[in-house]
Amino acid sequence: MVKDQEFLKSKASYCLDLAKKMGATDASVTVGHSISETVNFRNKSLEASDRSDGLALSIETYLGKRRSSISSSNLLDENIKTLIEKCFETTKITPEDEFNSLPDKNLLSKQISSLNLYDETRFENDKKIKYLKDLEESASSNNQIINTESSFTENKSNFILANSDGFCDGYKTSSFSASCVTVAKDENSMERDYEFSSKRHLSDIKQATDLGNKAAKQTIRKLSPKKIGSEKISIIFDKRISKGMLNAFASAISASAIARGTSFLKDKIDEQVFANSINVIDKPDIIKGMGSQNFDSEGVNSNTLQLIEDGILKNYLVDTYNGKKLNLKSNGRSGGTTNLYFEKGSMSYEDLMKKNSRSLYITETIGHGSNIVTGDYSVGATGFLVEDGEFKYPVNEITIAGNFKDMFKNIILANDLEFEYSVNSPTMMIEGITVAGK
Amino acid sequence: MSNFFNKSDLTRQDTDKIVSETLNNCDDGELYLEESKSESILLDDNKIKSSNYSSDLGFGFRAISNEVVAYSYSNEISKDSLKNSSENLKSTLKSIKGIYNHEIPKSNKKFYEDINPIEQKSLDSKLEVLNKVNDFLRKKDGSVKQVTASFAGEQKSIEIIRSGGEALTDVRPLIRFNVSVMLEKNGRKETGVYGIGGRQSYDDYLKNDNWKNVCEEAFRIASVNLESKPAPAGEMKVVLGPGWPAILIHEAIGHGLEGDFNRKKTSAFHDLMGEKVASEGVTIVDDGTIDNRRGSLTIDDEGTPTERTVLIENGILKNFMQDRHNARLMNTRSTGSGRRENYRHIVLPRMRNTMMLSGNQTQDEMIKSVDKGIFAVSFGGGQVDITSGKFVFNCTEAYEINNGKIGSPIKGATLIGDGPSILKEVSMVGNDMMLDPGIGTCGKAGQGVPVGVAQPSILIDKMTVGGTKL
Repeated sequence: MVKDQEFLKSKASYCLDLAKKMGATDASVTVGHSISETVNFRNKSLEASDRSDGLALSIETYLGKRRSSISSSNLLDENIKTLIEKCFETTKITPEDEFNSLPDKNLLSKQISSLNLYDETRFENDKKIKYLKDLEESASSNNQIINTESSFTENKSNFILANSDGFCDGYKTSSFSASCVTVAKDENSMERDYEFSSKRHLSDIKQATDLGNKAAKQTIRKLSPKKIGSEKISIIFDKRISKGMLNAFASAISASAIARGTSFLKDKIDEQVFANSINVIDKPDIIKGMGSQNFDSEGVNSNTLQLIEDGILKNYLVDTYNGKKLNLKSNGRSGGTTNLYFEKGSMSYEDLMKKNSRSLYITETIGHGSNIVTGDYSVGATGFLVEDGEFKYPVNEITIAGNFKDMFKNIILANDLEFEYSVNSPTMMIEGITVAGK
Repeated sequence: MSNFFNKSDLTRQDTDKIVSETLNNCDDGELYLEESKSESILLDDNKIKSSNYSSDLGFGFRAISNEVVAYSYSNEISKDSLKNSSENLKSTLKSIKGIYNHEIPKSNKKFYEDINPIEQKSLDSKLEVLNKVNDFLRKKDGSVKQVTASFAGEQKSIEIIRSGGEALTDVRPLIRFNVSVMLEKNGRKETGVYGIGGRQSYDDYLKNDNWKNVCEEAFRIASVNLESKPAPAGEMKVVLGPGWPAILIHEAIGHGLEGDFNRKKTSAFHDLMGEKVASEGVTIVDDGTIDNRRGSLTIDDEGTPTERTVLIENGILKNFMQDRHNARLMNTRSTGSGRRENYRHIVLPRMRNTMMLSGNQTQDEMIKSVDKGIFAVSFGGGQVDITSGKFVFNCTEAYEINNGKIGSPIKGATLIGDGPSILKEVSMVGNDMMLDPGIGTCGKAGQGVPVGVAQPSILIDKMTVGGTKL
């Protein structure tokens, strides 16, 4: 069983009391407990099982404008005492920073609304095994599939965040995740692809057979890929890739990147950064949402933020420290975005596919090719050549490259948005991107 | 050395009893105990932004029967907790009939000292170095707009207890010093990053004001990039500089030669043992035994002493990298490559210091032989798809080559290639093998472990450069 609120609260207040007693002017502490159980399958038989049970503690102590932090997994009182002593000693010799402080009291979350983020259902390992058997049975039904690997993870967590201004709150969350990776082979090539489902509640997880079938289908269609020539072409990003554009965008509007001057979106508030049909929203209160939260990692209340309105940048993602630097109030985004998404576009998926007589549909990218300082983008890619709305043949060993500043302004979105993950996007098209191939 | 038994109700005798009784009839397995102490100190935007200290303690208990691995970890070291884990392992492995393999090689060699680098340098003197870095760079040139400098230090103590009570221990220090600088000129911004590190004390790396060299290098890379033009797109010749660019070897070849992917036949290399996979003259080793290197280990995380494993010898594929589990299932021996990020993770076969050895050509000869291509000197990171064999890496410093001469710097671009065929495209191997500065972290299955790479300059006849200029 995951530790209850009472246990975590008692540890948190022990830490705060001790820090105060030693002379800390302020302190903040997070105590968490998490239990997770994973079962792994390979080629229709059990491969591994893994159980983890972990406590985690992190403390920040302040002496005026001086601050330092410690973290530990050892929650014995004696160890906590040693660590807080060490933390406070470090705080004393750490230079002052005028922007260091606990969050403004009036921004702290006042009451918790239930977002239904916890499902107490226990999915016994035997049931996980049954699920994975069914999944791999369907994944391997085509004889071109030569290897299947799948896993099911159940996680239950609880945490308390407390600070010396009296904030003390936390809540339980759960997640259930199933994933499948398949390998297919023909006389020319060997290819891998995957499918997964991750939900707060067990009953929302995709059917095992659907997951297995989809992974297999996505893998088989990649067999015998060709390399295409270098050219400028319009690119269609599958949903699993288009949401990555949102992640790059989110890093570029974090208050930390803005305050440090290391973002290509610095000083762009109220300016056009996306095509004028684009709206980007970060919504923390979606019921059962994978990224939902009542407050951020500092206890600050988080409300829905419209980040992009008709293509115009409206908000940064602001935490307390960087907010003070930029003269902005925290908007409850210490720790980043919550449930981030593009509002759906107006074109159907079919129309998007047919918009150009020839385009490249990307299903996977590899490499860390996003530069947030300059906006330059260059990654390895795998996908399909599309002609007249139809997949013609698989393509690999190519790269796609451009700059976000131009790419963002040329985004066209389909109307097929679904809320599957914490970051969601419809299928996306960007015209005129450079592909490097043969 | 940590004593894992003095702060709990768990005695060494109890532990041996529970471990032996749990692993009875298993093919292999062990109890892995770990205590780590780590610190990170960051200067950013003219200030000491954070100073964090972390201590972690826990165990991971593993039982293996045939192909099935049962694993359970906890950060509570107590008799109850170990018994719970034991029950958990037994419930996974229901009917088992294995014979425990007690054999584990021994060695007295050690590749680093039992030190705690965190305690060896006072916080004050670390803060002083970071402040000096900031002042030095900001005074150096008006274009310097942002400076980030950091120290990271760690001491990890491990103890492996096997069935029958055999115990193996190791204490591993590790440090890293990093500088990143952002320049702005004529409305353009570019960053340069450089770092150093390994398994010695901070001061071993900071002797003779060596921090200045780190600053100069980060500044130089950023300055070069301020002048960079859009990179070309398409297939062309690529000259790689010595040292860190060997992450090409790590991505293109290294991962594909890890035992697990080959046992499962999901690696593009699984049926190529004994075959020619690289040009003549190409020899690649994975070596855990180089003194004080970031990727070196006295013993791996299963207790096996590390070694220098020849992967490719003169173009021919010779060995995979193995942990005990995959080695047993493939009827071979562990190469001391069993590694894990920490006690929360299972062991996987991983790289240590992966190196292409020197040949006898010079970098000059390579550049002169290229009509049109690029010369790549430094890289960010890379990634590989083991199954299709396709890999990428991102240039952070590269130049055009035109008619045998190095031309203007080009913007960061991704290079993509095919692992099993790329080394056949190597047409020249330099005589200038160099180790990387000690900064690599390799990710696999969500686990990061410190690694090293090395190579001489090499000429690759055909590779796709992912620029924007057609």
